[in-house]
Parts: sequence; structure tokens; C-alpha cells
Amino acid sequence: MAKLLSAERLTAGYGDSIVLEDVSFEVDAGGSLALLGRNGVGKTTLLLTLMGLTRLKSGNLSWEGADIVRLPTFRRAQAGLGWVPQERFMFPSLTVEEHLSVVARPGPWSIARVYQYFPKLEERKQNLGNQLSGGEQQMLAIARALMTNPKLLLLDEPMEGLAPIIVQELLKVIGELVRAGEFAVIVVEQHARLALTLTREAIVLDRGQVVHRSASEELLKHPETLDRLVAVA
Amino acid sequence: MKNVAGLPTRKWSRFEIGFWLLPLIAFFVFPKYLTLGSQILIAGLFALSLDLILGYARIISLGHAAYFGVGAYTAGLLAKYGWGEPISGLAAAATVAAAVGLITSFLVVRGQDLTRLMVTLGIGLMLFEAANQASSITGGVDGLSGVEMRPLFGVFAFGMDGRTAYVYSLAVLFIVFCFARTLVRSPFGLSLRGIREGEKRMPAIGVSVPRKLIVIYTVGAGIAGIAGALLAQTTQFVGIDTLGFPRSAELMIMLVLGGTGYLYGALIGAAVFMVLQDYLANLSAVYWQFWLGLLLVAIVMFARGGLMGGAIALHRRWLRSRT
Repeated sequence: MAKLLSAERLTAGYGDSIVLEDVSFEVDAGGSLALLGRNGVGKTTLLLTLMGLTRLKSGNLSWEGADIVRLPTFRRAQAGLGWVPQERFMFPSLTVEEHLSVVARPGPWSIARVYQYFPKLEERKQNLGNQLSGGEQQMLAIARALMTNPKLLLLDEPMEGLAPIIVQELLKVIGELVRAGEFAVIVVEQHARLALTLTREAIVLDRGQVVHRSASEELLKHPETLDRLVAVA
Repeated sequence: MKNVAGLPTRKWSRFEIGFWLLPLIAFFVFPKYLTLGSQILIAGLFALSLDLILGYARIISLGHAAYFGVGAYTAGLLAKYGWGEPISGLAAAATVAAAVGLITSFLVVRGQDLTRLMVTLGIGLMLFEAANQASSITGGVDGLSGVEMRPLFGVFAFGMDGRTAYVYSLAVLFIVFCFARTLVRSPFGLSLRGIREGEKRMPAIGVSVPRKLIVIYTVGAGIAGIAGALLAQTTQFVGIDTLGFPRSAELMIMLVLGGTGYLYGALIGAAVFMVLQDYLANLSAVYWQFWLGLLLVAIVMFARGGLMGGAIALHRRWLRSRT
């Protein structure tokens, strides 16, 4: 059976500059991958490349066995790539509920089901996108991606800038979603240990290249390796 | 777009119901001003069509009169050559204007703000000159006369008192407004607001930006065509100025004056503009635009979002002061 997503020797960047070099990895349906590395090594660029928002210089990208290199971004999203950007990107003039209905596509996820996972959003459903706390914005960004009924959720630093208590709450929900295995997940996270506890496999990037790959559990068991790979020197 | 469960179908507020009673009251209170009234209603419909593309999709257009004029000439020519039935003439005008809108939309949606401004300006100029050249059909600068309308529903003739024209224009405006109101609250309308607030990110949530823009631009052109057709039918004349740049520019002023992105702003802006124009031109036929210009500057400086935006801000302040 074909992999859900397979990236082969991706070299990509912006304009003439190259950020990623020769990056390869695969994700199974329902699988989970932690994408680790220090600041500025190209983690976000890799997610942007999957969405078709960078300039891909060479390499292959296939989705359920079909080449998607030339597929425009909106088609990738429709095909099942659900991106939760780091900036969260709320619409100031849309309410919480409108954020969800504007992207809704047929599938197992409905507004009611999203509210089961994020009851806070239901309390806030008439609030506008710019009237939410950071944690609520993150929940809404994830909920909005779920409403597109993704087969692969791309989470870019979901815990960034959130209070510890919110992080715990969010971690619980994301953990449930990942373990349910309804869709695959790629998590980019500065807090490497959080990402590793959520996922089965991990790759570490450094200067745009993959410098380590293993089971997430394996990395958790060897903190000295993890520190060497991701800690700020 | 698929039907999405849980989408709010908002009820009409008291403000809205009150608003729509005003033109009905005006019909009885100002019987001598029904011609001006019809002009206001038609301008309001025209401004509404620009609000859909500018206020909701942020497509800046300085050539929207192109579609107004296409609608006006379509209805005018049909009536001149024997098809004087108003409703079908309106439908034909909407169809032709929407078709021209669809064809030109591919040029418009490609660029960004400044490009769009120039492309729409260019489309307007081209159509104006084309109508000017084809004077054997359009009457050129003399305009298209001999437009003869049959009575509405075979009963209500378009008379000198302007009663039929007023009621007809009001009914058409209201029906199109209801359509626009539903449209902007649909998932499609929400995605337009999303495009307005973050065009680059919309593809990442599965939205094809050009397609949505093409659809709304075509709808906007069709509605502008209806407005143009209404003018042709109620005045039984089509002037070449229906296609002209000043009409596009005035339209922009009306919409900015009233406030973009509210739908009601378009109607209020058109009404204020037309009434002021009428009043100021009576005071001084030469210098009336001075006061209009001053008002426009004052509005954009002190009331963000035009008259609607200013009124909403005042209302919020009043609510806050009570608590």
C-alpha cells in the first residue's frame, strides 16, 4: 500500500535562497511524526513546502501514491493536508462559528464534534477572531483545520507562547486526537519532549538537512542525544 | 457550496425593518420627488453591486459603470426594437452584464490593487469608446432614444408622475438586496471576507481565491447591469454617460461615503450623495462639488468606515456609556 505522504530529497527555499536540502521522510496513514530542531533550521519551511508555499527546487512529493509537486495549495488542502500555521491566522471579522463553517467540507468532522473536543470554543462561538486569548486562538486554528477533514494535520509550534496550564489542556486534546489515529500528524515543536511524547517517529533537522531519525520513544530514552541535537548551544 | 449545518440564518433586526419602511413612507410623503427617489434607489442598487466586490472581496474598481452601461443599453435596445416588457428586459440585461463581467473578470482577478484599478479603468474606457463608435446602434453621444416600455405586468404604465418607476425600482432593489444579504452570510460570503482579511492564507484552508473572486465579480457585474437597465427603463432613455468614468468615480464616492462592507452603507451613501447633489446644485449650479468634496474628506478623516462605520462606532459608545 502506498504511503500517505512521501517526500523524497526535497530541496526548497524562497526565491534564490535554499533553506531545505535533500530532505526525505514518509508518513503512514494515521501515523505521527515529530519534526525537531533548533530555531531557523527549516522546520516551518518544510511544512510550507508540503503546502506548496515555497519554491521547490528539486525532489518528489507524493500523496497517496500520486505526484503533487504541481498541485496548487488549495487543491492540497482539499486533498487532505490540514495546516495549522504558527501565526494561527484568525479572521478579525468572522465569529468563531463562522471560522468553522467557512472551511467545512463533508466528512467525519462537524461543528458539533469539534465543540466536543474544544468546549471553550462553543462558549465563545459568537466572539470574533480577534477577541480570543492565545490559547483559544490556537484551539480555533486546530478546530478550523479539523473542519476541512484532513488526512494529515500539520501542527506548527502549537504550544508557542501559551501559559503552562493552557499547554497542558491543549496537549491532552492533541494527544487524544493523535492516538485516535483517524488522521496522521506532523508536529513541529521547540519543546522537543512534548512533541516526542505525542508521536511515534521523529526526525531532527539541522541547517536544512535531516541529521537524525528514529522512533520518538528512542529519543526520549536518550536525553543526551536529544540535547546534543536540539538544545541551544 | 455544500449546505453546512449550523450556519446562522440571521433574522432581520428592528433597524433593518425600520430602514426599509423609509422608502415606503417617502412614497406617500414626497409624491413630487418620486423621480429623484427612483434615481436614489437605482444608485443604491448600483452601489450595492460595487459593495459586493469592493466591500466584501476588496477588488478595487474604477470601471464598474461598464456593467451598468451594458445593462442599460441591453434593456434600452430591447425596448427600442420591440421587446418592451420590463421584467424580461431586466433579466436579459442582468445576463448580458454578468456575461461581460465573467469575461473581464479573468483580467481583473489576476493582479493586485493597483493593477486592478488600472484594468477596471481600462475596461470602462474601452466600452465607453466602443459605444461612442457604434453610434448607429447606440446613438453615440446623443444617446439612445425611442425606448418604449410596455406597462409593468401589462397594467402599470411608466407615467410622468413616476409612481410606477419608483415602486418598480424599490421592489427590484429589495429583491436583489435580499439575495445579496443571503449571499454575504453564506459560506461563500464568509470565504470572501476571509480573502479580504488574508488572501494569501486562504488556499491553505482549501479555498481557491481566483474562483471565488470570479464568481463575485460576475455577480456584481450582473447586479450593476440590473441597475443600468432600471435606469434605461424608468427614464426611457440611455445616455452614453451610463458607461462613463465619472459614473464609476461617483459610485466609489457614494460607497465610501456610506461605508463599505455593510450593504446598507451602499444604500445610505447613494441616498445622501443624491440628495446632497440635488440640494447643493440648487444652491449653486457651479460649485456644488466643492461641498461634496469637503464632506468626503471629513468622512474619511473622522468616521472610519463611512456613515455606517461612524454610526456603529457611536452606537457602541452609547451602549458602553449606559453600563
